[in-house]
Amino acid sequence: MALDSKVPQGPLKDKWTEYKNKINLVNPANKRHIDVIVVGTGLAGGSASATLAELGYNVKAFAYQDSPRRAHSIAAQGGINAAKNYQGDGDSTYRLFYDTVKGGDYRSREANVYRLAEVSANIIDQCVAQGVPFARDYGGLLDNRSFGGVLVSRTFYAKGQTGQQLLLGAYSAMNRQIARGKIEMFNRHEMLDVVIVDGKARGIIARNLVTGEIERHSAHAVVVASGGYGNVYFLSTNAMGSNVTAAWKIHKKGAYFANPCYTQIHPTCIPRSGDYQSKLTLMSESLRNDGRIWVPKNLEDVKLIREGKKKPTELSEDERDYYLERRYPAFGNLVPRDVASRAAKERCDAGYGVNATGEAVYLDFAAAIIRYGTEQAKIKNIQNPTEAKIKELGKEIVKAKYGNLFQMYEKIVDENPYETPMMIYPAVHYTMGGVWVDYNLMTTVPGLYCIGEANFSDHGANRLGASALMQGLADGYFVLPYTIGDYLADDIRTGKISTDTPEFDEAEKAVKDSIDFFINNKGKHSVDYYHKKLGKIMWDKCGMSRNEEGLKEAIQEISDLRKDFWTNVSVPGGANEYNEELAKAGRVADFLELGELFAKDALVREESAGGHFREEYQTPEGEAKRLKEFQFVSAWEYKGEPKDAVLHKEPLVYENIEVKERSYK
Amino acid sequence: MNLTLKIWRQKDSSSKGQMVDYKVTDISEHMSFLEMIDVLNEGLVSKGEEPVAFDHDCREGICGMCSMYINGEAHGPDRGVTTCQLHMRMFNDGDTITIEPFRAAAFPVIKDLVVDRSAFDRIQHAGGYISVNTSGNTQDANATPISKHAADTAMDAATCIGCGACVATCKNSSAMLFVGAKVSQYALLPQGQVEAADRVKNMVAQMDLEGFGNCTNTGACEVECPKGISLDNIARMNRELMKASI
Repeated sequence: MALDSKVPQGPLKDKWTEYKNKINLVNPANKRHIDVIVVGTGLAGGSASATLAELGYNVKAFAYQDSPRRAHSIAAQGGINAAKNYQGDGDSTYRLFYDTVKGGDYRSREANVYRLAEVSANIIDQCVAQGVPFARDYGGLLDNRSFGGVLVSRTFYAKGQTGQQLLLGAYSAMNRQIARGKIEMFNRHEMLDVVIVDGKARGIIARNLVTGEIERHSAHAVVVASGGYGNVYFLSTNAMGSNVTAAWKIHKKGAYFANPCYTQIHPTCIPRSGDYQSKLTLMSESLRNDGRIWVPKNLEDVKLIREGKKKPTELSEDERDYYLERRYPAFGNLVPRDVASRAAKERCDAGYGVNATGEAVYLDFAAAIIRYGTEQAKIKNIQNPTEAKIKELGKEIVKAKYGNLFQMYEKIVDENPYETPMMIYPAVHYTMGGVWVDYNLMTTVPGLYCIGEANFSDHGANRLGASALMQGLADGYFVLPYTIGDYLADDIRTGKISTDTPEFDEAEKAVKDSIDFFINNKGKHSVDYYHKKLGKIMWDKCGMSRNEEGLKEAIQEISDLRKDFWTNVSVPGGANEYNEELAKAGRVADFLELGELFAKDALVREESAGGHFREEYQTPEGEAKRLKEFQFVSAWEYKGEPKDAVLHKEPLVYENIEVKERSYK
Repeated sequence: MNLTLKIWRQKDSSSKGQMVDYKVTDISEHMSFLEMIDVLNEGLVSKGEEPVAFDHDCREGICGMCSMYINGEAHGPDRGVTTCQLHMRMFNDGDTITIEPFRAAAFPVIKDLVVDRSAFDRIQHAGGYISVNTSGNTQDANATPISKHAADTAMDAATCIGCGACVATCKNSSAMLFVGAKVSQYALLPQGQVEAADRVKNMVAQMDLEGFGNCTNTGACEVECPKGISLDNIARMNRELMKASI
């Protein structure tokens, strides 16, 4: 099947308006006869559920957690971008579009990104109306901060808990519709397959995670908003339950999976401390606004610090290497995430890592504390302040800005970051790849949509900070509710979809067979045993940098591991009860397939772009080398084993932006 | 360190539960409490036994899913943290640690340490929102200035993660801190004024219907709240309710 992105004709800035003017609409009386299933209730799924229900559709929403409020969108800290230009610093829709395409290393679709930038301003209006308590200045207007990879301040925030507040906003909008009966909420339910009838998505098979019951649910359209697949690495900043299962199941039923190798490794995470570790903790990138990143200049100092014989605060300025400021004078500590992460890896690989594992660099607030303290002393009219007074005043400002992050760091690491530099190291955080969708956010299966992090669309090969929240809410509040209407307009006479059909029988049987296998297998190893092994292969060979040899090994090793898994995995307990090991087994089974496709995708993409860095393709300075002949989206069609997946290419055309060497120097 | 764990095991909501003793060895002080439970569970699974069921997800203190009652305290002995942020450095080698589910009539046990907190969702359905459609056709976000103080105080209330520690720790199983936080967030913002009276009445009515107890001002909830939600929010809720009733 040829890929049709369905991007509307006409000038870039008019495409979305023109599109909305011409699409088919469903009249209000007919909407109440149409059912829509939404899988996942994070920012994308939650906002879509609420909006579809407000429009009049009957929504069935599914979450594996005990409440929509727990989705992992809640953990996003730093903020949400919007082209409001409240600061008057030259921001505009075009500039947000430009920054996003450039930040994504020219691997995203122009029309989608422009639309995202266009609706971004509305998101802020909407959220304020919902009672989201964004940070404000003393005049009562909204405050902004800047984020990596851009030169304007366009990020709106609610302390370091922006994702939480936006998710609770979407959750509140859902609650209003749940109360009206327009959303039927299925908490502690997991989607285990999609049901296709006559080529269209018409329902899902879900497991009630409390009772173990397998349920059939039908609808006129299915929306998958199940988030990213970062947990394929076992250790990531994702929640423990975050998984690829819903996205992978639809891939196996015909939805193409795009660019799986584009993974974001976030530069400011707390370094790992031991093998028992279950997950990694991210600290907002906003810390890089005020924190300076460095390692010692001399290896002797590194050695002494690792042995605990020297403290980082004892090193003078000229004994420190502020390597981002050195390499990228224009952007300094605010280079995009992929650049910052690779630079940290480069220093640590060269032996300059500052903790016992050799995988940590410093993030230092001493300069910011002095700078803010001096400023405050002026504001408060304190003459000749002592250094102690300046530090005290400075710490207050830093605390107001990042207090919760500092507290979190101290709880985990047991060190006070106001007094000694933080230690950070990159960790898997976000996946730009995902289910391929067209301009309508529809997958290659009619009636099957994919939104938020689960799809591939807007961030290209690298996502800029504060853009995930923007995309999730844009898709859910403002894009999908329009585009899905155009499809559903043909369904007004269809009537209720029956679940008593051979297609549902078949899908349910496959799900039950797989569960029976896990329960009866009585193998030798736990699910986590396999998940950890997979994670290690992924991190070592498909991590921050990749090469042909490693990727080929990864493909073989993952394939072997998968065979082992299907022979020797052990799942205690029964099928008809609360059984977390069983739920995990299904998820890891899917990760074991995705992981191999991931490595294959990375192998085929013989260039470096954004989060995908191939060692063979770099400039003499060690920067990513992008190649013109790879200016396309890789969309994979499922054909059984991952090694048999067929590659389809969607060429990326840039008519409104000049494709340049990405430079942050 | 080596520890003895006394853990509540209960097969399902209709079965009777009991405390069961377990030993864990070689626990690092840098582990989080849930990583310690992971070690226990990995051992149980490798012996073919059923692992201890517990709720958890983000493991960074924000999703509100984890919920253990540890040595008689919701989220354990540390302050301002959830169980997933509690570190083993708070314990000593040789300790015996008692681990129970959050207990309240309105939070029935599902299995082992997993409880059903959907009563919280139903309270939110009753009024935990501002009735504005998500059309995007609202006024500009800066059209109504909001004082920094009001916005910050609303934010402090809005940081509630809905974990239920307040209920679990209260001798009356009162949910007033939880409800007060949501009522306060909206009461402090101009956007929330329009429906303020109906909101507080409906949410409080649902709270009573769910079987949560009343507040007797012991302040235990504020002490155990991982997000430091202030008792002021309960006072504000009562004021709002009073205003709504006149």
